[in-house]
Amino acid sequence: MGDRCLSALIEIERLTKRFGGFTAVDDVSFTVGRGEVLGFLGPNGAGKSTTMRMLAGFMPPTSGTARICGADVVDQPVAAKRNLGFLPEGAPTYPEMTVTGFLAFAGRIRGFKGSELDDRVAHAMLLTQLEGVRLQPIETLSKGFKRRVGLAQALLHDPPVLVLDEPTDGLDPNQKHEVRALIRRMAPEKAIIISTHILEEVGAVCTRAIIIANGRVVVDAPPSVLEEQGRSLDEVFRRLTLGATAEAA
Amino acid sequence: MAPALIVARRELAGYFATPVAYVFIVIFLVLAGALTFAMGNFFSRGQADLQPFFAFVPWLFLFLVPALTMRLWAEERRLGTIELLLTLPLPQWQAVVGKFLAAWAFCGIALALTFPLWITVNLLGRPDNGVIVSGYLGCLMVAGAYLALGAAVSAMTKNQVIAFVLAVALCFLFAAAGSPVVTDFLSTRLPVLAEVARAISVSDRFGSFTRGIIAARDLVYFASFIGFFLFLNAVVLDHRKAD
Repeated sequence: MGDRCLSALIEIERLTKRFGGFTAVDDVSFTVGRGEVLGFLGPNGAGKSTTMRMLAGFMPPTSGTARICGADVVDQPVAAKRNLGFLPEGAPTYPEMTVTGFLAFAGRIRGFKGSELDDRVAHAMLLTQLEGVRLQPIETLSKGFKRRVGLAQALLHDPPVLVLDEPTDGLDPNQKHEVRALIRRMAPEKAIIISTHILEEVGAVCTRAIIIANGRVVVDAPPSVLEEQGRSLDEVFRRLTLGATAEAA
Repeated sequence: MAPALIVARRELAGYFATPVAYVFIVIFLVLAGALTFAMGNFFSRGQADLQPFFAFVPWLFLFLVPALTMRLWAEERRLGTIELLLTLPLPQWQAVVGKFLAAWAFCGIALALTFPLWITVNLLGRPDNGVIVSGYLGCLMVAGAYLALGAAVSAMTKNQVIAFVLAVALCFLFAAAGSPVVTDFLSTRLPVLAEVARAISVSDRFGSFTRGIIAARDLVYFASFIGFFLFLNAVVLDHRKAD
């Protein structure tokens, strides 16, 4: 399915979302090409999840649009979603299902059947180290396992575009390390967006960072360039996001 | 397999993985049995048919079906799985239809489990089994209508209590619309509305099914009832899924 994809796999064009009088995402535009891992940063409530939800076709934009592999998320939602692996915020899963059952459900919706379905599910569990709990109901799993079940669901169909909302939240340091290694391994073939609060993660896996504050992009640069602007990423992040808040107020 | 059927299969398995299914079925069977035998004079009527049973089913569904539908979308919202389900590559209406089909199949299972009543009348007498089949079909139609209505209400509100009360009230409106109390009242004051009330009434249509009449216009009525509320459900969901 990757053949048709252009070099810019994710195109976001003047995306805006208003809730009543409140503008959550304000005229955001950027593109992400194959091989890029984009770190999406910002304080809570800055519009990260809202942007990701619009990109995933869950929330209709007030204006502007987004395209995944050339398919418009508003006009051709099913085509766009086929090329997308999405981990929603909080990694929601059906608690009463087993890990295998849940992944097989996602696989069937994506059109896999028979032995191919079994292979896909097995491979996704291998990537996210879930084999040990494959037949356990998801509700009995720890937070880190649940997150990895959500991640496995996003990777199941080997999509060219991955949108992961806080993929390492709730994982222990070893698991974080594993997930970052996994993202780095997949990076050359895919366009990946990850949102995170953890700034060290940006340096560890991202080739590019976007900082968003009050719904606007305030910085779009490689992490190394960002670090040069101050003593640390932390300091740069604070200066940029607090500055933007003060400006808006 | 169509995405709607995959969704339906997952949903139906979900019912049986939680106590919801068992509580629903047990309560339905106990109430259906108790009402049929105690209040319906099943034996002392001396007639080999299931009329006493069919008389109570729509009223049982009036409360039990909204209990089933109140969690339909609210639960997906609470768990956040709505975001997962609606970002999988399936048209949104397929998700709506899938959830409805699962709930409908579940009601079908609950109805099928009343088979001892059917065996009883066949042992005791020689009932017209055609009328019984038609009556069961009518029950299924009423369940479908209430389910579609309840599912649409559930898409409107996050609050399960509101979804339940509102669905019961609306179902009651359609159940009571054809009753003499309502139509007599309306025909003396607003004759135009009396006709409308009779036309939209679920119980009138159900009545002909229990008499063994499967009329095309009744089937069309239930099909358009279900179709309309599923459409409404999809529209509401599109606007409120992210709330």
